[in-house]
Formats: sequence, structure tokens, C-alpha cells
Amino acid sequence: MSDTGIGASVRRREDVRFITGSGRYTDDINQPGQTYAVFLRSPHARAKISAVDSSAALAVNGVHAVLTGQDMAADGLGDLPCGWLVKQKDGSDMVSAPHPPLAHTVANYVGEPYGIVIAETLAAAREAAELVMTEFDELEPIVDLTGARGADQIHEGVSGNLAYDWELGEKAATEAALAGAAHVTRIDLTNNRLIPNAMEPRAALGVYESATGEHTLYTTSQNPHLERLILSAFVQVAPEHKLRVVAPDVGGGFGSKIFVYAEETAVIWAARKVGRPVKWTADRSESFLADAHGRDHVTHAELGLDADGRFVALKVQTTANLGAYLSTFGSSVPTYLYGTLLAGQYATPNIYVEVAGVYTNTAPVDAYRGAGRPEATYVVERIVETAARELGRDPAELRRLNMIRPDQFPYETPVALVYDTGDYEASLDRALEHVDYAGFPARRAASEAAGRKRGIGFACYIEACGLAPSQLAIQLGAGVGLYESGEIRVNPTGNVTVFTGSHSHGQGHETTFAQVVSDKFGIPFEDVEIVHGDTGRVEFGLGTYGSRSLAVGGSALVSAADKLIAKGRKIAAHMLEADVDAVEFSDGQFLVRDSNQALSFGEVAFAAYVPTNYPTDLEPGFSEKAFYDPENFTYPAGTHIAEVEVDPATGVVTLVNFVAVDDFGHVINPMIVDGQVHGGVAQGAGQALLEHGIYDDFGQLVTGSYMDYCMPRADDVPDFLVDTTVTPCTHNPLGVKGCGEAGAIGSPAAIMNAVTDAVGDNGLSMPATPEKVWRALHG
Amino acid sequence: MQISLTVNGASHALDVPANTLLVDIIREHLGLTGTHVGCDTSQCGACTVHMNGSAVKSCSILAGQADGAEITTIEGIGTPDDLHPMQAAFRECHALQCGFCTPGMIMRAIDLVEKSPDLSNQAVREGLEGNLCRCTGYHNIVKAVLLAADATRA
Ligand code: FES
Ligand code: FES
Repeated sequence: MSDTGIGASVRRREDVRFITGSGRYTDDINQPGQTYAVFLRSPHARAKISAVDSSAALAVNGVHAVLTGQDMAADGLGDLPCGWLVKQKDGSDMVSAPHPPLAHTVANYVGEPYGIVIAETLAAAREAAELVMTEFDELEPIVDLTGARGADQIHEGVSGNLAYDWELGEKAATEAALAGAAHVTRIDLTNNRLIPNAMEPRAALGVYESATGEHTLYTTSQNPHLERLILSAFVQVAPEHKLRVVAPDVGGGFGSKIFVYAEETAVIWAARKVGRPVKWTADRSESFLADAHGRDHVTHAELGLDADGRFVALKVQTTANLGAYLSTFGSSVPTYLYGTLLAGQYATPNIYVEVAGVYTNTAPVDAYRGAGRPEATYVVERIVETAARELGRDPAELRRLNMIRPDQFPYETPVALVYDTGDYEASLDRALEHVDYAGFPARRAASEAAGRKRGIGFACYIEACGLAPSQLAIQLGAGVGLYESGEIRVNPTGNVTVFTGSHSHGQGHETTFAQVVSDKFGIPFEDVEIVHGDTGRVEFGLGTYGSRSLAVGGSALVSAADKLIAKGRKIAAHMLEADVDAVEFSDGQFLVRDSNQALSFGEVAFAAYVPTNYPTDLEPGFSEKAFYDPENFTYPAGTHIAEVEVDPATGVVTLVNFVAVDDFGHVINPMIVDGQVHGGVAQGAGQALLEHGIYDDFGQLVTGSYMDYCMPRADDVPDFLVDTTVTPCTHNPLGVKGCGEAGAIGSPAAIMNAVTDAVGDNGLSMPATPEKVWRALHG
Repeated sequence: MQISLTVNGASHALDVPANTLLVDIIREHLGLTGTHVGCDTSQCGACTVHMNGSAVKSCSILAGQADGAEITTIEGIGTPDDLHPMQAAFRECHALQCGFCTPGMIMRAIDLVEKSPDLSNQAVREGLEGNLCRCTGYHNIVKAVLLAADATRA
């Protein structure tokens, strides 16, 4: 292994700009003649918008326009579409309520935008926004998830506020197996609403050139090409070839920047209307109100076990809050990204899940780090731990007994997935070792002696990453294929510019993708440049989410590199007067087998651009692209173990120890992979112990700032012990599985299993705040 | 109001509305975009700079308070070829991912180490409590600050 190739902890090249303050985020970009936008947002959770009077606002010095949802509708702009059509139990389509980018007749959640004020300065725009007089007719808001189905109808034609009633698995067989089980464990769970809170707030800067009709939108997006596709094909802001979307440095996403939102739509539309560049940057308060939220499920689950402790059936009923509208991928998260993962790591033969996707007068809910898989893991791992407690079994050993064994792969689950490979016991054993499981009773006794309660909890999770085989995804309702594109342009001087449709917003692709490509070509790491995040430079792409970038985007680069090597062999064969079949490529050299004749990668590249001694039947140039469509999902899996201490006097839970052993397949850059796990675990610890997006009965967001929404801070988490085991993915060329979400998937269940173990109350819900824990302990 | 201040060694005289925040002076008036804004309640620390030798959240300083002050921002502590030890430690330890919290985190950490070089892991965690990072889980940030503290003592 070279010190910059595959497997090396290469220090990140993007860091140099970030640590010196020379990163370039959307809000850092300014355009000549730029104006500033402020959004008009509904103060009510549900209200008719009867009249908008902007006369006083327009009188403010420097105000250019006040545009409303009515104006946008009059311009013929379309709705924001949901990109995944879920089929209901009866075969009918889900009911997708119309979602105008700017509300024009009714507002359905607090913070929903219904207008945009544009002015010469931000101060003027703010002042004018305050002066817009809007008449609302308030309606009864539907806020409570469990009551929403019986309540008044939010959207016309959506009875019971039900977007869909979905199922997966065999109901009758599952119920029969439960009826025959020696023991049935039952559990009721809530998966708390989370607010993603990437540290960079969303922002957009729209520029329109009237002479050419070109629109350029700089925005905080995880997938600029998808943004362009939706804005042109569905919303019809501009034709695709006249719209360029640039997502420059993006300060974290965690899912929340996948979606196409009202604000960037309005900004690019308004730039054309006012004939000036328009810029908007969210205040954090706006992020809380109007970024898509995550999770928010209520679930009842039943697990049947036979007399030996083998799982015979799992039945899960979930109500999922979708918010006021279906966000871009909102429909898929509680269905195909959730129900399909309920087998976990276990050979449970019968599984049935039904999910009611429900509208409420709250912000739309969509993918947040893990997207459906943390929710699935939470159900499986909480109920398995509960079963172990009820039966007096060791929780690690009960899991081991039920795990799918290495010789059972490929393993088809009862919930539509085929796991390609894994070794679940290997990660369990390694984690037990790292946490010193045998020493736990002594640690618990020491805590007791110090007046504190100690608990330990497990989560043996699995996830499906590398979204996704296109045909399968489209069959299941996806609106687009989920391949990825990659292009490698070898320059005449032999260095390389790589274009990827993936997008990095913290993941470090500029480093890891350069490792892959330089390794493949045997050229210096420094000679490879990675370009991403600009539809004007990169041909196409589906972006970064679902831990797909390396498994799908990296594989596209390998395919493109293979095409170049194949072409290079033809060029070298011609130049060296050898048979193509006799030319091999290794370590940056095209070599004729059994000879000492060789040409370097750079010499072949140069020859391709200066084709003097060159095959007549070959095009000049040394550049190739590939679209890689995965054959299957990838299945990262692992064991997370949490240890907590609880102070009975205050109810404060301290996470004292956290071990994560993950199987991500081959690892390109271990330093970056560890960092991804650290970050994911901290977010999971946030979900388990601190974070909760709460609406009051009137639909007002109570947790609308960092004063009320408790983010994990440096002193809320410990150092983490992370390690990996490896079973290479069997169907992509790098053998990689994806590592971006695992930390957030395993940790909430592990931590809550530890907290409930310490407290002795299995009914505790996330987040396990001091108040809840204290009440559980003191009644 | 008229104010004058020194930023990264250069003096500036500005005429700004009295309610202008220091962070806006830095970003909008002086074009130093390395200092970020992550919240509107003074709780994320993305805007942290040094004012007269101490770390402050520049979103909670008004123009008048900054009059006559000596300000250092992330752009003023090192260059790609000559990194400040804290910058170097952040890179070495992979203490950043998206980089958005990083300038504020580095400015806070420098102040922390300067004021109390003998830091424990826990003291670093408590010292960074006012700066949010959503990406790293803090693990590597703590490592970096301890490494830089070592380098400073050595
Ligand atoms: S911007 Fe958040 S503390 Fe200053
Ligand atoms: S590195 Fe992204 S917020 Fe800290």
C-alpha cells in the first residue's frame, strides 16, 4: 500500500482551505448588483391566506418587489414533487397533496413561506417584510400524530389525512407464527422528531442573464443535478439547458440538503422577475421551522420466539408523520428504507410491517442521517433486548443465536432484500472484547458503590446503502434511476481531472476519490483533481445521500478508469508494435508481457493528444466517462455497545463508553471512515439523550432555537472507540459498502438499551432527558 | 456611526449603522468570509474571532463595542504554507469535515490553550462547549486541541 493509495489515512486536501478560512460556501459568494430576499412565512399552523397587502412594504426605500404565491402560480410554476411514488396495500397510488413552492391559498405549517420580499439591502428587506399586512383565517391545526387519522382533513381529497397505508411481508404467516410462539415480546416505541441542523444554514443565490436566458443558482445542495432536473422538469423555472446549479462548499447536509425547497425555487424565479441577482441565507430560526425534519414515528411491535429463543416472527405497525406535504423523498423513508430493514442481522423467517403515512400541520419530514434505517434498527434492537430481559437471556448471546451465519449468504430476507455478504458474529465478538463485557459487572458494582446506576446496551444493526439498482428502485416507485456518473479526463501532460456526480459536503471526496483514481492509474495523488457540485462542469449525477458516494460514484470512476486503461493498451500496443493482448497495465506502466518494453501512463496520454504514431482506427483524446448502476444494495452492518451512568439524584445520563465495530467492506481512508462514525454516533447520542423537535397543540414549534433544541456539545459525549471488520461487498469493483450513516443508525438503540438497563424502566422514550429519567426513578 | 478598528493587522475606518454586528463588519464590509454565521442566538460559536486577545462571538458584538479594537480572524493566524499549530493539528487529527464550524472552533481553541495550556480531555470539552460541530462528534477536535497544546508547551 502506498501512503496515498487505497487504505491509507491520507490527510484531507480540502482541509487547507477550510482551516485557513478560504472555503467558499454559498453565503460567501456575491454578485454585482445583488439584491437580498426575506421570506414571508406563516405564523399559523393552518390558515387560509385571505389577502396580502404589500403597499406599506413597497414604500420602504430600496424595496424592489413583494412577490407572493399567487404571483408564482400566475407565472405557471408547478408544484414541488415528491420523487417516490409509494403503492398502498390495495395497489392504489399514495395520495400526494399539492405542494406549491409558495403557499397561495392555505398555509399548512408554521414557517411555510407564502411570499418573498426583495430589496437593495437585507435591512430594507427585513423592514419591509415586517410591514406586509396579511389576513389569515385560522383553521383548526392537526398536530398530534396519533390523532391525525380521525381528525379534520388537512388537504382536500385526503381522507383521514392518510397519504398511504403500506405493507410489506406476509401478514397471515407472521400472525400464525406469533400465535404459535413460545414467548411473545411486545413493545411500544416512539422515534422522536429531529431537526437536522447542519451548521451551515441553507442559502441560495439566483442569477439571470436576460441576454442569453441563462439561469445560475448557487445553493446549498447535496445533489445539484437532481435540483436542476426537478426545477426544470416539474417546477418549470427554466429549461434544463438554461439552468446551471452550483453547490459549492456545503457545510454539512445529513439529508436536509437533498430536497428541493421553496426558497431556492423562489430565489431563481425572482432573479428573473426583478432582473437582478437575488440572495437569501436562512437565519437559524428559519432552518428550525422550514428545513425538512427527520424521524417522528410511533410504533407497536411484537416479536415471537420459540422455546430455544429463536425468533419466529416479527410484526410491526408504524404511524409515520410526513408533515404537511410530501417532501422530495419523504414518502420512501418510512416505507422502502424502513420496512425492508426489519430483518436486521437475524434469520427471522416471518416478518410483516404496515405503515400509515400521515399528514399533519407540521414541517415536512424527510430523510435525516440514516433515513428509515435508524428507525428500523430502533424497533429491532429495542425489542430483541427486551426479549432477552424478559427471558433472562444474555442480550449478546440471544442475538448471536439468531444471527444470519456467513454460510447463509446470499441471504434473502422476508422483507424484499438479498444480503450479499457479512459476518455479524465477527463484529459482535470484536465489540464485546473492546468494551470488556466480562468486566461489566465489576464496573456496575463500582458505579453502585459511588451512588450511580450503570447500564449496558447493544445494537447489532444492518443498513442498506449504495442506493440503488435503478430498475428495482423505479419498480418500487422512485422517479429517477439511482446510478452515478463519473468522468476522467486525462490531460495531455498526464495529470488527471475527475468529474463526479456525487457531492461532498464534509465527506472528503476530494481526497478519497483522488486516492482511488491515483491508485488505479499508479500516478501521484497530487496529479488527480476532483471536480463536483456544478451542473455546468459535471455531466450528470444523483448526488450524495444514503452512503452511496463511494459504492456507486466511486464505482463509476473505476469503470471510467478501466475504459481508459483499455484504450491505453491499444495505444501502447500500436506504439510498441505488440499485440494488444500482450500489453498489461500495472503501477502506471503499459508493459509488453515477457519483454522490457514499456510506456508510462503519461507517455500514452500525450500520444493520445498528439497522435503521430497512433492506431488509425482509434479516436484521439484520453478521456472516458461511465454511468455505474449498482446490482444490489450494499449492506454495512456492525455492533454498537453503549455504557451509561445515571445519577439518581438528578436523572442525568452520562454516556461513559461507546464502542462501534462496523463492517464497511474495504476501506479507502480509515481516518475519514472513523470520523464519519464519530459524527454519526454523536448525532445518535443526540437523538437518544438530548434532541427533540416539539410542536405545541397549536402547531407552534416550541424547540425553535439552540436555546430549546438541545444539540450535543463537546462535553455531552465521550471519546468513542471505533474499529472495523471486513467482508468485502461482492458486487462492486471496490468491495466497499458505505460508512456515512452507520454511526447514527446503531447508536440510538444501543444507548436507549443501556439507559433502560440502568434505570430499570423499559418504557422510557427518547430523548432520555434528566426529567424523564428522574421521574422513572422516583415515580 | 464612525468606527475604526484593526483587523489582522490592518486598520480600517468605517461608517456603519450603530446596530451593525462585528460579524457583519468582518464578512460584509471587509469581505473576510472565513468567519461564519451559524445561528441567531449566540449559541453556535461559528462566528468566533479574537478581540483584544480573547475569543468572542462576533455575532454578539455591536459596532460601537468594536470601536478601537484589535481583531484577529481565521485569515489572520496562518497561511497554507505557514499554518498556526492549531490549524496544523486540526488537519493532522481530521478535526473537521464540512469545515463550517472550523474557523470558530480553531479561534476558540487557540484562546483556550493560550489561557490554560495544561488541559485535560474533559477541560478541552468544557472549554469548547460554546462551539457546535454537527459533523465530527468532537472526538477528533479534542484530540487536535490536545495535540496543539502539547506542541505549544514543547
Ligand atoms: S453565529 Fe452562532 S454564536 Fe455567533
Ligand atoms: S466540521 Fe461540519 S460542523 Fe464541524
